[in-house]
Amino acid sequence: MSIIVENISKSYDKVQALKNVTFQVDKGELFGLIGPDGAGKTTLFRILTTLLIADEGKASVVGFDVVSEYKNIRNSVGYMPGRFSLYQDLTVEENLQFFATIFGTTIEENYDLIKDIYIQIEPFKNRRAGKLSGGMKQKLALSCALIHKPKVLFLDEPTTGVDPVSRKEFWDMLKRLQQKGITMLVSTPYMDEAALCDRVALIQDGSILEIDTPKNVVKKYPKELYNIKASNMYQLLEKLAQYEFTHSAYPFGEYVHYTDTRSEFDYQELYNYLNVHYLDNIFIEKTEPTIEDVFMDLAK
Amino acid sequence: MEAEKVIQVDSLTKKFGDFTAVNAITFEVAKGEIFGFLGANGAGKTTAMKMLIGISKPTAGTAKVAGFDVFSEAELIKKNIGYMSQKFALYDDLTVAENITFFGGIYGLTRKRINEKRTQLVAELGLDEIVNELVGSLPLGWKQKIAFSVALLHEPKIVFLDEPTGGVDPITRRQFWEMIYKTANGGTTIFVTTHYMDEAEYCDRVSIMVNGSIEALDSPKKLKEQFGADTMNDVFLKLARG
Repeated sequence: MSIIVENISKSYDKVQALKNVTFQVDKGELFGLIGPDGAGKTTLFRILTTLLIADEGKASVVGFDVVSEYKNIRNSVGYMPGRFSLYQDLTVEENLQFFATIFGTTIEENYDLIKDIYIQIEPFKNRRAGKLSGGMKQKLALSCALIHKPKVLFLDEPTTGVDPVSRKEFWDMLKRLQQKGITMLVSTPYMDEAALCDRVALIQDGSILEIDTPKNVVKKYPKELYNIKASNMYQLLEKLAQYEFTHSAYPFGEYVHYTDTRSEFDYQELYNYLNVHYLDNIFIEKTEPTIEDVFMDLAK
Repeated sequence: MEAEKVIQVDSLTKKFGDFTAVNAITFEVAKGEIFGFLGANGAGKTTAMKMLIGISKPTAGTAKVAGFDVFSEAELIKKNIGYMSQKFALYDDLTVAENITFFGGIYGLTRKRINEKRTQLVAELGLDEIVNELVGSLPLGWKQKIAFSVALLHEPKIVFLDEPTGGVDPITRRQFWEMIYKTANGGTTIFVTTHYMDEAEYCDRVSIMVNGSIEALDSPKKLKEQFGADTMNDVFLKLARG
């Protein structure tokens, strides 16, 4: 086990940020912590990277206790915090040099590990970090978190506010790092990124709702799910909200994802109901749930 | 059926020295339309939006927003539009009620009107419990819903939303979109940026910016047909890197 978290709780003043959280991450695993802002993701990262002490529970990273052996952990892990953490007034190269020196290594010694990523920002190595675009900052931050060849990499919302193309490229980079044997704990509010992890924990309001592989999480969805479409999305949502057999109805791309309160869904009855309420081009089909459907069902 | 145009943009351009951030973009947005304004980071979305809300002067081209010219009537634009972004929407160290009063005042509403609006907002959003709480203590989803309503206090013709749902939980994100639908249904134009591609599907029309230019503009359905894609995410992936 690379990361062991047992019954961790943490409160700030009135807010209970983490409530009895337990999970484990295997060596070499890419483990996703999926949840919205305020779920407790950053608090958990800060506890595991030894920057914060939990109120209750135990945790260890690569075999070291997060409280009594914190110094060993700091040498063995890389941490890319959610907020940009580099020195804005140092250049790209100076930032990397700085992090390498702090950890008693050199850029040359571990260049192999960061080469794929760093090569993309190397043409700008004399530019100050504060003047980089969002995507380039992200690549530099990742390079800095990797330069001492950590066994475990903590990535706190690395793709928040990043466009879909850059997000895809970033996940490709993580997959390549995984092949080099690095264990990764990555958090994200984007539910579609869950599918890219080996296992995920869905987290909301400080509690873990579910832990499993993305495939198994989806299998646990308790209801039959339907795609519904009509010419006017606003009216469709309004009418579904008023329909007596609606269990849930959420917009999902071009469709509404609908579940029924009855065990036997009556297609024709719903069709007629919508038709009577002046909706055109009504389309209803069964569909497969996504991680986001599961999350909403559990969070309700 | 010629719908009223709330935004009219023709060859709008912004240069910073040698760099062309926005390159002759042209489009119109109709009254009550939900217009999605997409693009990769650095494609020029923010620069374009700043020109449309009257806080950055274009280098060339023309644009009218809510009937006012972006060159000569920028101050009037600011009074006649609503704006909220992910980064800034409300003051954390004021209460919900104080924020409503403050922004109502900024938008030039009378004291009486502000009181009416506050009562209406509290009822519509169910804010009784939290109206005297500091905004900073509220969950992000609540903040964003309140911020959206505050951006509509002065009943603008158009509201600009810059990544309004980033980091918001999936259920609240959908409640937020239901508010958008309702507002658009009432005739207010919505101009929205997002990185959630499922949200692009909720828009009436979507434009995609690549390296300063608008490379695609149509309904999500037609864009998917045009690019032979199943989802807007695929359309975006095909286009966004030029």
